[in-house]
Amino acid sequence: MSSERGPVFLERRTYRRRRMADAARLLPILGAALFGLPLLWGIEGEATPTTRVMFYIFSTWLVLTVLTAVISRYLRQEKQDPPDTGEW
Amino acid sequence: MATLNVLVLVCFLYVTFLFAIAFGADRAARRGRGTWLRSPVVYTLSLSIYCTAWTFYGAVGFAARSGLEFVTIYLGPTLVMIGWWWTLRKMVRVGRSQRITSVADLISSRYGKSNLLAVFVTVLAVIGTTPYIALQLQSVTLSFATFAANEPTGTELPSQQSIALWVALGLAVFTILFGTRNLDANERHHGVVMAIALEAVVKLFALLAVGVFVVWGLAGGIGETLARIDASPIAAWEVSGSRWVGLTMLSAAAFLCLPRMFQVMVVENEDEGHLRTASWAFPAYLMLMSLFVLPIAAVGLDVLPEGANPDLFVLTLPLQEGRDGLAILSFIGGFSSATSMVIVAAIALSTMVSNHVVMPVWLWITGGSAVMSGDLRNVALLARRISIAGIVLLGYLYFHMSGGGTALAEIGLVSFAGVAQFLPALMGGLFWRAANHTGALAGLATGFAVWMYCLFLPSFGPSSALPQAVLDHGLFGLHWLRPQALFGTEGMDPLVHAVMWSMSLNTIVFVTVSIISFPRPVERLQGAQFVNVFEHSGNTAGWTGGLAQSEDLLIMSQRIIGAPQAQALFATAATRQGLAGYLPEPSPDFLQELERELSGSVGAATAHAMISQIVGGATVSVEDLMAVADETAQIMEYSSRLEAKTEEQERTARQLREANQKLTQLSVQKDAFLSQISHELRTPMTSIRAFSEILRDTRGLKAAEKSKYAAIIHDETVRLTRLLDDLLDLSVLENGQVVLNSQTGHLDALLDRAIAASGLDKRTFRIERDRLAEDVMLTTDLDRLAQVFINLISNARKYCDSASPVLKIAPKRQNDRLLIDFIDNGSGIPTDHQSMIFEKFSRIGETKAGGAGLGLAICREIMARLGGDISYLPGQSGAAFRVTLPQSPDTAGSTASA
Repeated sequence: MSSERGPVFLERRTYRRRRMADAARLLPILGAALFGLPLLWGIEGEATPTTRVMFYIFSTWLVLTVLTAVISRYLRQEKQDPPDTGEW
Repeated sequence: MATLNVLVLVCFLYVTFLFAIAFGADRAARRGRGTWLRSPVVYTLSLSIYCTAWTFYGAVGFAARSGLEFVTIYLGPTLVMIGWWWTLRKMVRVGRSQRITSVADLISSRYGKSNLLAVFVTVLAVIGTTPYIALQLQSVTLSFATFAANEPTGTELPSQQSIALWVALGLAVFTILFGTRNLDANERHHGVVMAIALEAVVKLFALLAVGVFVVWGLAGGIGETLARIDASPIAAWEVSGSRWVGLTMLSAAAFLCLPRMFQVMVVENEDEGHLRTASWAFPAYLMLMSLFVLPIAAVGLDVLPEGANPDLFVLTLPLQEGRDGLAILSFIGGFSSATSMVIVAAIALSTMVSNHVVMPVWLWITGGSAVMSGDLRNVALLARRISIAGIVLLGYLYFHMSGGGTALAEIGLVSFAGVAQFLPALMGGLFWRAANHTGALAGLATGFAVWMYCLFLPSFGPSSALPQAVLDHGLFGLHWLRPQALFGTEGMDPLVHAVMWSMSLNTIVFVTVSIISFPRPVERLQGAQFVNVFEHSGNTAGWTGGLAQSEDLLIMSQRIIGAPQAQALFATAATRQGLAGYLPEPSPDFLQELERELSGSVGAATAHAMISQIVGGATVSVEDLMAVADETAQIMEYSSRLEAKTEEQERTARQLREANQKLTQLSVQKDAFLSQISHELRTPMTSIRAFSEILRDTRGLKAAEKSKYAAIIHDETVRLTRLLDDLLDLSVLENGQVVLNSQTGHLDALLDRAIAASGLDKRTFRIERDRLAEDVMLTTDLDRLAQVFINLISNARKYCDSASPVLKIAPKRQNDRLLIDFIDNGSGIPTDHQSMIFEKFSRIGETKAGGAGLGLAICREIMARLGGDISYLPGQSGAAFRVTLPQSPDTAGSTASA
């Protein structure tokens, strides 16, 4: 937002951080969509087995967890963030 | 019988262990050790109070009844945690920057610090949580009864009610012990959090152990287990879409709004960075918790006899197979889930009840004045303790009345739906600046009413709380008002129906009323603060105070956050403003900081009210409001910077004036001293001359007369010498030429000596001492210190103008310093003289006691040489002096053992 220019590698890092924040925002939406997906499965009048859905749900869960872990590594608090209140 | 006995023993040992852990953690935190207490792992584990006994036992039951649907209860929170960048991050930041103590406090603080709103949220939370606490008690008693039923000679069994009562009692005691140690609800409860983290590990381990046993021990491997699931009644995926989506959304909403979740997530949060870890670690925890639920349910349905309660499969499966050890572990897991939920819920609710209901009522009853005698802290702590007991008791009563029947099983989701009503006000408050007080109140009331009517009352079963006629034909016979088919929406699942209508009506009313009505200035400022919390961290503005109010503020704060904390806060603020002593300028910054500090103890609404009582109301100026509006933000920022500068200059000018005044006063004092000292020197000189002339010139004096005159001459010489000694002493001290003679001795012996030497008549002047606190070893120049004590005591003797004078000597330790307060009950020293008394030659008014005004100046110099300090302590019952001494670690150790 500010027009000041820093060294190239720093800008890259800020850029990366911004995009990771975008990803962090999108992730729950993706998760909701993925978790809702099995509702559309029951085709041809035949019921889907619970075990299959269970596998799907738990693997999705695992993938989302790992993704969050990776993304949140990039979202470490910046040094120039405003200090906490009550600093005395 | 053996197993039951073992169970009771293990249970007892486990509880003792929890007490020990909590105690140890509290102790470590108090001593500043234990960085591990503040690790993100502990934070993540503490979040697991989401998994109560209802999820520990009930999830399997839920799965046995409706298959995979149970998982929605965990998917909602998972989505919230994954989406922490949206909401949780903001909630935690707001919670920390505004020193929020509860959900009720957050909502009330956001909407103009309205106590009405806080009370409303509190009542709702209590109604929503009580059945849930009852549910926890029920689960413990049920699991206990399961064990007892398995016993061949299960005759000597205590009744379910009495078990529940004992559990409730134990929980209340634990919570009171570790949950109300310090008044500042915003401070961390390290002991409680640590115990909960431990319980989180235990319950996860227990459930995993049962799961592993069921899959590999009973079913015989993963493939076999899957085959069993496929053969069970829950083999087909037949979930209704509305319930799937509805329950996920409901649990997500509840996760954000539950008072106990708010407590661990926001209030107990130590570091915003912990959220980063929790964002993935907590979903992983939830996933592990639910991993074995379906296998356990399927195998239980297969193995256990028809009609066995699926809610207890986790327990009955190991028991049936004769695995008593595993069964006990599973019991402990369920026990952990139940107790941790009750403990945190009781802390969270008691903070709300005492801050928003009890304290305001108490203040109102006692005249509503913030400045009066008595320590408010004890009242607040007592209120919190009674609230805890009351809340747990309420849960027990609910359990008792409902008879622990199956009606309770459904209550988990009902309770979720109740607290989810906070969501629109909460999210609106965080993301929408135009959301206002009236809207929030109207939305909450609507949602709450719909929830009551559609879900809560019908949950007691047909024709118990709501007549059957109302259920069938609607209120007043209006068909479209049927509680389970509002506006003709028939055939819906009752829960989804109620959630949908209550949440959507709540939101619609909230938004509409917010748009129509107009917010008060404080609300608009708070709104900008909350919504834009990341842009500018904290500047509520609006307080402007006069000079005379600092002492009143100090008196009030001492009663709320305790004397040492308040004094430290005021002293730091004063130092920052470049002033000495305990009374800072009541600048807007300082008042705001003070209000935050107080709101950590009594909630935002009360703190705001109390300060405005003293300072005279918040002045939200037109400029402040314009600053809120974005379009003029830049111009306003410039002018407000100018304004700040002007204010700064004004303050500097005031400080300069003060310094000038002090200098003038000093010069006057010096002149006065010169005449005083010549007078002091001349009076004895005159009498010495006169009497020596008599001795020289008069003949025929009797021996008695001669010795009398000689005695007078001697006395006067002594007086002269003393005066000169004092002057010399002072000049030596001031030049730093003094040699200190370090010795070690007891404080009480030193005080005894000082009191004896000050020539006090104990019949007319009472001295209150605290022998226990005086049992401190000192290593310093004891003679010099005694000189200070003697001076203070004889000052009290000379100047205390009370009819029955009392001097209180109160030593206490604070960090690595020893504070000794000398407080008398006289009229004290007027504020305008307080800054002068330590100056040389200063004497207040025309004193009858006739000292040269050097005593306190000498004291100050001595204390400075000893590495300590002496200062005047305002806001006490009379004149009060505080002697501060540094304490080396080895002497501190002997204090602790004393």
